[in-house]
Amino acid sequence: MTTVTLTAPPRPRTRPRMRRRVLAAVAEHAVLIALGAMFLIPLVFVVATALMSDQQALTGALVPHPVRWRNFADVFAQAPILRYLLNTLLYAGLATVGMLLSSYPAAYAMARIRWRGSTAALIVVLAMMMVPQQVLAVPLYVMWAKLHLVATLVPLVAPFFFGNAFSVFLLRQFLLTIPDDYADAARVDGCGEFRVMVSIVGRMAKPAIAAACLFNFLSCWNSLFNPLLYVGGNPTWWTISIGLTQFKSLHAVNWNLTMAATVVFTLPIIVLFFFAQRAFVEGANLTGIKG
Amino acid sequence: MAPYPARAGARPRPAPRRAADRRRRRLLALLLAPWAIGVVVFFGYPLVSIGYLSFTHYDLLSAPRWIGLANYAYMLRGDQQLGQAVRNTLWVLLILVPCQVLFSFGIGLLLSRARRGVGLLRTVFYLPSLTPLVAAAMGFLYVFNPGTGPVNQVLAALGVTGPPWYTSPGWAKPSLTVLAVWGSGNLIVIFLAALLQVPRDLYEAADLDGAGPLSKLRHVTLPVISPVVLFAVVTTVIDGLQYFDQAYVVSSLGNGGAKLDDGVLGYPEGSTLFFPLWLYQQGFRYFNMGYASALAVVMLVVALGISSAILLRSRSFVHQTGGTGR
Repeated sequence: MTTVTLTAPPRPRTRPRMRRRVLAAVAEHAVLIALGAMFLIPLVFVVATALMSDQQALTGALVPHPVRWRNFADVFAQAPILRYLLNTLLYAGLATVGMLLSSYPAAYAMARIRWRGSTAALIVVLAMMMVPQQVLAVPLYVMWAKLHLVATLVPLVAPFFFGNAFSVFLLRQFLLTIPDDYADAARVDGCGEFRVMVSIVGRMAKPAIAAACLFNFLSCWNSLFNPLLYVGGNPTWWTISIGLTQFKSLHAVNWNLTMAATVVFTLPIIVLFFFAQRAFVEGANLTGIKG
Repeated sequence: MAPYPARAGARPRPAPRRAADRRRRRLLALLLAPWAIGVVVFFGYPLVSIGYLSFTHYDLLSAPRWIGLANYAYMLRGDQQLGQAVRNTLWVLLILVPCQVLFSFGIGLLLSRARRGVGLLRTVFYLPSLTPLVAAAMGFLYVFNPGTGPVNQVLAALGVTGPPWYTSPGWAKPSLTVLAVWGSGNLIVIFLAALLQVPRDLYEAADLDGAGPLSKLRHVTLPVISPVVLFAVVTTVIDGLQYFDQAYVVSSLGNGGAKLDDGVLGYPEGSTLFFPLWLYQQGFRYFNMGYASALAVVMLVVALGISSAILLRSRSFVHQTGGTGR
C-alpha cells in the first residue's frame, strides 16, 4: 500500500516520456529501414535486369521471367571480359604486393623509430594525400611515354613499389597504437630491429595490414583514370573498368548484357567483402582517426 | 636491398653505442628508401614539372616551347568551356559534397542510436560504396534511364512522370548527386564509429543539466567527434575536386554510347564537364600538355588552398582532446 503511493508520483511523468522514447526509437528504425531498402533497390534492379532477355529489359518489367542465366555466358562470349578480369587482377595484385613491400617499412620507420624529420615525413604523406591525381598526370605520362612504357601495365603498377601515401598513413596510424612492451622484450632477447618489424610488430599489425591491402586492391580494381590514361589505347591491357565503359557501345549490346557485365565486375568485390567484413570495417574506422 | 656490408674493417672499432647508432641509421635509410624515391619521382618531380610545362606549348611530339603566360591568358580569356567546367566543379564542392557529408552524418547518427539490427543496416549502407564507381554509374544510367528505367516505371505506376535524369542538362548533376550519396557508405561507417566512441557519461551529465537533443548534439556530440568530422570533410572535398569516374561514364555513355576517343566529354550539353574532365580532354585527347599543366597548377593551388583553409579554420571548432591525442 504505502509503496504504491510512494512510487506513484513519478509515474505520470515517466510514462509519457517512456512512450515518447519508444515511439521515437520506432520512428528512427523505420527511417533507417526505409532508407536501407532504397539503398538496396538499385542493386536489385541491376541484378534483375542482368537476368532478363533483351526484349524484357526494354519493356520495363521489374521481375525477370524467365530467368536467363545464359546472359552471363553471353557476356563472356561477346567481349574478352575474362582477359579484362585477368588484367585487372594482375594490376591490382602486383600493385598491392608492391604497396605492402614499400609502405609497411616506411610506416614502421615513421611510427616506431625516433628520428629527426619524422614529423616532416608525415606532413609529406598528408600533402601527397591532398593532391588530386590529375594534377600530377601530365608529367608522369610524359615520363612513361619517354620510357616507351605507355600502353603497358608498368606505369600503373610501378609507382606502388615506391610507397602509397594513403597506405603509409593508415599503417602508421595503427602502428602508433601498438604498445612497445613486446618489441622491447624481443629486443632484450637479442632480436634485431628488422625481425622486430616483420615478426613481432608485423604480427600485431595484421588487421591494419589486411585493411591496407584490401583498400589498395579495391582502389586499383575500381580505378578508371589511370588505366584510361595508360592502357586506354591498347585493348590488350584494358582493365575491367575500361572494358565496361566501352562494353555497350563497342559490342552494340542491350541493357541486359550490360548489366550482367556490371554484375561480373562487382560480384568479386562483394564476395571479398563478405569474407573480410571485419577488415573492411576496421580499416574504414582507421582512416577516420585523426593524424 | 643491399645486404649489410661485412663491417667497417679498416677503421678502429667504434664504441658499441655508436655502432648501434650507425646500424639504426642504416636500417632507417633502408626502410625509407623506396618511399623516399617515390616521393621524389612520383610527387616532387611532377610538381616541379607542371610548373615549368604550364609556361610552354607542348604536344609530346616536339620539345616544349616557352610561351610565357600565354596558357594562363588563354585560360582567362580564350577558353570557352573552362567557365562551365569551373562552375560544374563548384557545384560538386558546394552541393554534392555537403549532401554526402550531411546525409552520412544523419545516417550515422540514427545508426548510433538504433538498438537492433545495427550490423545488418551498416552492411546495407556500406555495400554500395564498395561497388566500383564505373559499375555504379553504369547501373544508375540504366536504373534511371528515362524511357524504360525501373525508377521511372515505378514513378509512372504511381502516376508521376519521372524526370529525364542523366539525359538532361538540368537534371544531370542532381542525378550524379544521388549516385554520390548512394555511394558514401564509407563516410557513414567512419561517422558511426566516431559517434559510438562518445562517452555515455557526457550525455548523462547533459541530461542532468536539462539539455535537449539539439543542444546535446551541438555541445556534446560535435565537439567530441570534430577531429573525425574534419578529416572526413577534407578528404571528401578533395575527392570532390578530382571527381572523374562517374562523370566520365555519364558523359561518354549517357547519350547511348559515344566511342572512347571522339567527342567532347560533358554530355548532356557540357553539364557533366567537370574540371578534371576538361584537364583530361585537353591533356590526353588534344595533347595540349602545356595547357593541361596550367590547368593542373590551378587545381593544385585550389586543392592546397581549400585543405589549408579548412585545417586552419578548424582550430576554432575542433575540440582538442587533452592527453589522448596521438
